[in-house]
Amino acid sequence: MEELLQHLVNGLVLGGTYALLGIGLTLIFGLMSVVNFAHGEFYTLGAYAAFASLALTGLPFFVALLVAIAVGGALGALTERALLRPLRGHSIDTVMLVMIGVWIAMQNSELLIWGGVARSIPHPFPTAPLSLGPLNIAPLRLFVVVTAAALIGLAWLVIQKTRLGTAMRATFQDRDTAALMGVPIGRIHTITFAFGSALAAAAGALLGPVFLAYPSMGDLASLKAFSVVILGGLGNLAGATVGGLLLGVAEELGAGYVSSGYRDAVGFVAIILVLLFRPAGLFARAERIG
Amino acid sequence: MIARTAFALGGVAALTAPLWIANPYYLHVLIMAGIFTILALSLNLLLGYTGQLSLGHAAFFGIGAYTSALLTLPPVEVSFWIALPAAAATSGLAGWAIGRLALKLRGAYFVLVTISFAGVISLVSINWMPLTNGPLGLPGVPPPTVGPWTLRTKTAYWYVVLVAATLAYVVCHRLVASRIGRALVALRENEALAQSVGIDGTRYLVLAAVVSAAMAGVGGSLYAHYTRFVSPEVFLFSYTVTMVIMVIAGGQGTLAGPVVGALLFTALPEALREAIAWQWQMLAYGVVLILCVFFLPRGIVPTVTGAARSLRTAGGPFKMRRGSDTPE
Repeated sequence: MEELLQHLVNGLVLGGTYALLGIGLTLIFGLMSVVNFAHGEFYTLGAYAAFASLALTGLPFFVALLVAIAVGGALGALTERALLRPLRGHSIDTVMLVMIGVWIAMQNSELLIWGGVARSIPHPFPTAPLSLGPLNIAPLRLFVVVTAAALIGLAWLVIQKTRLGTAMRATFQDRDTAALMGVPIGRIHTITFAFGSALAAAAGALLGPVFLAYPSMGDLASLKAFSVVILGGLGNLAGATVGGLLLGVAEELGAGYVSSGYRDAVGFVAIILVLLFRPAGLFARAERIG
Repeated sequence: MIARTAFALGGVAALTAPLWIANPYYLHVLIMAGIFTILALSLNLLLGYTGQLSLGHAAFFGIGAYTSALLTLPPVEVSFWIALPAAAATSGLAGWAIGRLALKLRGAYFVLVTISFAGVISLVSINWMPLTNGPLGLPGVPPPTVGPWTLRTKTAYWYVVLVAATLAYVVCHRLVASRIGRALVALRENEALAQSVGIDGTRYLVLAAVVSAAMAGVGGSLYAHYTRFVSPEVFLFSYTVTMVIMVIAGGQGTLAGPVVGALLFTALPEALREAIAWQWQMLAYGVVLILCVFFLPRGIVPTVTGAARSLRTAGGPFKMRRGSDTPE
């Protein structure tokens, strides 16, 4: 029982960052119809941005997180302006090929800059776990899950309560009508891509210190983000949040009780099963955003 | 005319290659180009003719490599000539299963299912120690034998690969020129319309997936018996990426495109090897893919043949032929 509870707690910590990744991807996928295979690379970028600010310049941990978010958002905006905007109106497959190109190019740039060796990202939290009754949780992991929750809340507020969020939701529902009502579609796309990339970078900066930073870490992150989006349904923010937590817990239970070698297979199998049997996602009644 | 001359010249060059290529390293590059030709033709059958991108194609390649290696190693130890069709059959079966399951989906969803499938298979190859020997792989895969001779030399192996690549090309050619090929193109261009004239979409797409996977399996088997070693690295995503680049840059939906792409993208990295590190190569692949989409959306072969045709009919109106990836 205690072991089960411990697995659940670990799963929720992991799931919180998966949810962050998934929310970013579901926004981009849902709103722009861009299958963003480079999403995981923004996660990697976040981890390395945090590493660079912490290890090389000695900034405080919290500032490093903000740096990662800023770098992710800026590069996301740049990618959208340079590569995606000229291709607007092209078929989804054409755009997908470009994003695969971006994925390969970004990953190998990271390999060139940082080398293939995994880096451990320093963090200021004590390593001794906090004990809550029978449960143990490392202070760093607690920080990760609380920050992830705060960022998810912030994303939700932006999308539900601001003028920008209203424009984003309108664009998702009907791009042409939104444009007729004066929504600047181009700018909304840029902001959406930057926003999604910044969330992915935040996830990378948060999970980087828990695990290690290495150039190909984004591959699995991309696939997990896709599993989350597919579990939750396209463009469904609440679905992505629940889907992320669900995937984290399922992986942790799978690794704990079935086989740790197949931990990463959980996400793959989830993608295959959900797409085959419930393609609209586990919770969706209809495709919607918010 | 130009095409036929190029074809004949290419055939003669391929047949006599071991005579004028003295450096065994160049022959090695040529053998790899032959294997990649089979793989690119296989991916092109799906991507170019059905419009469905399989980003898990390395899985079929790897399944073929493992099947062939396991069958020719102890305790089974059958001949290469049985293991090769067995590899094609196993990969084809996997292609059938994935096709049946995933071709209900299209576009991005199909891509995701194929990636996930490759991910699961790769994890199985790492974790199923008793069968696959895990990350250590299977060393000592025997080379093929013909009667009393063992085809150990690169020259002999080149001819094996050349025959296989030619067969793969002929299979693609026959398939594409047949009713099946026309049905596939019809489905790619307008699925609803094709269905309405009685083309059973799923059946044809699954057929294409089976043939494509079986061909990739042949490529895997040839690779295994050439390098004599199989490890989970055969499932590396970079193999799939290489195949995609070859097809997209060469010209998807054409028969010559994947061949040109395979030759170019095997020879070019090797030529640049001295000057440029491997990481730069992969980086360049990403950039090439992006540039192709922007500046060469139809690929090298259709662009070149289109230019040649418009030169010949100079003065006449230049008609764009509808490429497979012309933006709608």
